[in-house]
Amino acid sequence: MKNRLKVLRAERDWTQAQLADELQVSRQTVNAIEKGKFDPSLPLAFKAARLFGLSIEAIFQDEAES
Amino acid sequence: MDDSKTKTDQWISNTTRNTARLRYWTFCWVATLALATFGPRFIWDFAALPTMLGVLLNLSIGFGMIIANKQYLQGLDEMQRKIFLDACAVTLGAGLVCGLSYELLEDIKLISYQPEISHLIIVMCLVFLTTTIIANRRYR
Repeated sequence: MKNRLKVLRAERDWTQAQLADELQVSRQTVNAIEKGKFDPSLPLAFKAARLFGLSIEAIFQDEAES
Repeated sequence: MDDSKTKTDQWISNTTRNTARLRYWTFCWVATLALATFGPRFIWDFAALPTMLGVLLNLSIGFGMIIANKQYLQGLDEMQRKIFLDACAVTLGAGLVCGLSYELLEDIKLISYQPEISHLIIVMCLVFLTTTIIANRRYR
């Protein structure tokens, strides 16, 4: 699954640690999600969507569709 | 962001507390295991009552450690939990397969000594450690 987390984070000038704080996960988890190595659960995806004020689809895209 | 910071501080302090609690229970379990193992031999000369109490104490602390481990697991974030559970699954499989094969070795006379449970525990610990390190590297 692809995502725009890194771009959205950079737009707000946040570090991975700051985003991890906001999502209440470890920095390692944010890094793995950004690199597409780990797919977040639906609750975590919703939390990210709420944080950035976007829909889930605007942040996460299924690689099969793109 | 301040509200989230408070929640994060709480999450970090919960994780730290869960880790400390697990460390404490594990230490107590190892200590009571040592007491139940060496106590009969070196302290109370195999008297039945203290031996039974030692074993019961070790069992009780063991169940406490299991609960502490469960709380630790629940306190992890979802990726850390996945790494932990994947490592547990591989360790359980390796323990079952290696344990039965090890037992079989003695039954079919390929080894002359009695298989020790401690050997299996060592294998399981090494498997858990290795799979945890590999998974952490994979998600780095």
